[in-house]
Amino acid sequence: MAVTALKPGYTGQNLDAVENFGPNQLVYLHWEKHLMFCAALAFPFPPEMPFGAIVGEVLPQFYGPHPDFEKIDWSTVRWTLDGEDFVPDLEASIGSQGVGHKSMLRFWTPGLDGLGDSGA
Amino acid sequence: MAKKIPLKRKYEMMTRGLAWDTTYQDMDDVYPYDKFEGIKIHDWDAWEDPFRLTQDAYWKYQAEKERKLYAVIDSFAQNNGQLGLSDARYLGALKLFLTGVSPLEYQAHRHFAHLARNIRGTGAQVAAQMQSIDELRHAQTQIHAISHYNKYFDGLHDFTHMHDRVWYLSVPKSFFDDAVSAGPFEFFTAISFSFEYVLTNLLFVPFMSGAAYNGDLATVTFGFSAQSDESRHMTLGLEVIKFLLEQDEANVPIIQHWIDKWFWRGHRLLSLVGMMMDYMLPKKIMSWKDAWEMYFEEQGGALFEDLARYGIRPPMHAEQANNEKHRISHEVWAIFYQYTHAAGFHTWDIDDEHKAWLSAEYPDTFDKYYRPRLDLWKQMAADGNRYYNMALPQLCQVCQIPMGFTEPDDPTTICFRSREYQGDRYHFCSDGCQYIFDHEPEKYIQAWLPVHQIFQGNCGGAEIPDVLNWYHLNLGVDNMAYEGSAEEKIWNDWMATRRVGAART
Amino acid sequence: MSTNNVSITLQNTEDARPIVEAITADNPDATVHHYPAMVKIDCPGHLTISAESVGERLGRDWDPQELHLSVISLSGNIDEDDDHFDLSWN
Repeated sequence: MAVTALKPGYTGQNLDAVENFGPNQLVYLHWEKHLMFCAALAFPFPPEMPFGAIVGEVLPQFYGPHPDFEKIDWSTVRWTLDGEDFVPDLEASIGSQGVGHKSMLRFWTPGLDGLGDSGA
Repeated sequence: MAKKIPLKRKYEMMTRGLAWDTTYQDMDDVYPYDKFEGIKIHDWDAWEDPFRLTQDAYWKYQAEKERKLYAVIDSFAQNNGQLGLSDARYLGALKLFLTGVSPLEYQAHRHFAHLARNIRGTGAQVAAQMQSIDELRHAQTQIHAISHYNKYFDGLHDFTHMHDRVWYLSVPKSFFDDAVSAGPFEFFTAISFSFEYVLTNLLFVPFMSGAAYNGDLATVTFGFSAQSDESRHMTLGLEVIKFLLEQDEANVPIIQHWIDKWFWRGHRLLSLVGMMMDYMLPKKIMSWKDAWEMYFEEQGGALFEDLARYGIRPPMHAEQANNEKHRISHEVWAIFYQYTHAAGFHTWDIDDEHKAWLSAEYPDTFDKYYRPRLDLWKQMAADGNRYYNMALPQLCQVCQIPMGFTEPDDPTTICFRSREYQGDRYHFCSDGCQYIFDHEPEKYIQAWLPVHQIFQGNCGGAEIPDVLNWYHLNLGVDNMAYEGSAEEKIWNDWMATRRVGAART
Repeated sequence: MSTNNVSITLQNTEDARPIVEAITADNPDATVHHYPAMVKIDCPGHLTISAESVGERLGRDWDPQELHLSVISLSGNIDEDDDHFDLSWN
């Protein structure tokens, strides 16, 4: 039983279906071990957006305030997409490499574990 | 003089003695809501209010409480009681309480009226009637407090509008919407038992005592006046549970699931109170951790030992909640500190004395995990670059709090949980919230998540000022850093005047 | 019978003072904790409030239902009648 309801067969409506976001889909980004940023960040991105725009524009804008950000060696960064290891293709669109609606992208920056290695 | 009727006899006469079963209409048609949850009741007469409170006594004592309360509120208003606060930062906690909780009191009033009409046991009807009136009284007294503070301070000017729209107020709102859209017995288990009996002490008691310590006489008074009703509500909550468990063995697993669910719902909601206690009271009364140990681990522990004879065990994720007592207030403060530009109250940088207190109260976690980021933020603010997070946070599908809570075994890693349901992904902050979703996905896929609504274009626009306008919040007045705010200025001016006045006498 | 603490929290007011006094006199195992604006009393297993004992301190009859004016919180199963208000764990 997917819900306890007075009316048999009651169903709900997903308020966050991808159609509700116009040309965009929701994508979540999170930089691990840097909890100066309290939670993962949510963005409406078009699926045609190249992955490089995340790395080149989005991340610097929102994670730039952290002193570790400028020390990141992007060649060593490890990514996961929806829980699976993932090697992004910066030239290709996010949609073409499996970044879907409400996908979760997490990245680890080896050697950089936050302020005094506090994870923040 | 007529002989006084003994209490037990009077209670019987004033409850069951006034009731009847319908005969022109089938009882199941008159009471259509009390069977679909699968709860089996064989004998409603077994319901007993241990206080044995009847309407005549109810009105007498409530009238007395009201007289006392309004004498204090009047005197507070007349004598500019707001000047006696420990510090204007205290108001942040008060604003969050009044905008988050007061509308719930009104919701509770409405729903207990609904229950009083729609459950078929007379004792339970009478108790629900009284509670409905209590909750209306709580809403009214808190609105009087809002009215007073609104004359002097920012952010309280449109609390009902804000409750329906503002991102963090969706946390208490959706909590209560979840309860009122459930059946009557789940509502009782959710609100009367899990919330009122098990957790409300943590909302009202240390916080109100904290209000007293910080000079907020109006809040202490409405808080404790409300809490005197709460102790009756708590008793109702425990009575409901015992009654349901005694009626039929088949009720036990249903109730256990509701306890598991609503304990976690309540624990997440109260993380906001944890932040208020540890970060927002200028004069501290006890840490969230100590309050949790006293009210949940000790009192709740005794309660669940008592309920073991019915086959009830402690809530499923209680261990995880105990484990989080070292963390959640810090994690939630981090959220509000960096999103204060989208809130209806201020946040501030934490001074050294406050950090020393946090370090002493949280020796295992504060210095290691939380102090470094507080230090960095303070430095950034000193450099003229106060940190605000300009992207929107990912929210939990169930509790709707930004996903700032960490893995059970690792306070440096966010706890990410997700599920696919009918081809769509849903994200959760914890095993507890995921468990709740798994049982009733058709309910939670309907969540109105503020961040997603903004991106869908339903909240006044795409930029933060548009959204704040839609919230009826005034950017830079009601919110952002306390340092440099209009509220800080007016407070400092008042205090300077008072010092001048004192010097003259 | 359980020896877990039952607990009652009362306001720090004139109305509550004789109740607190009666509890401490009649329940030797009770521990009283003072906080701003409130008093929390814990007692292992069982705690009783005797109407007679409160009445003696007040100098008039005291009805246990008057407790509604002073109580903030409680923990334990309740048994109330004309002459007493008890809290206990089974």
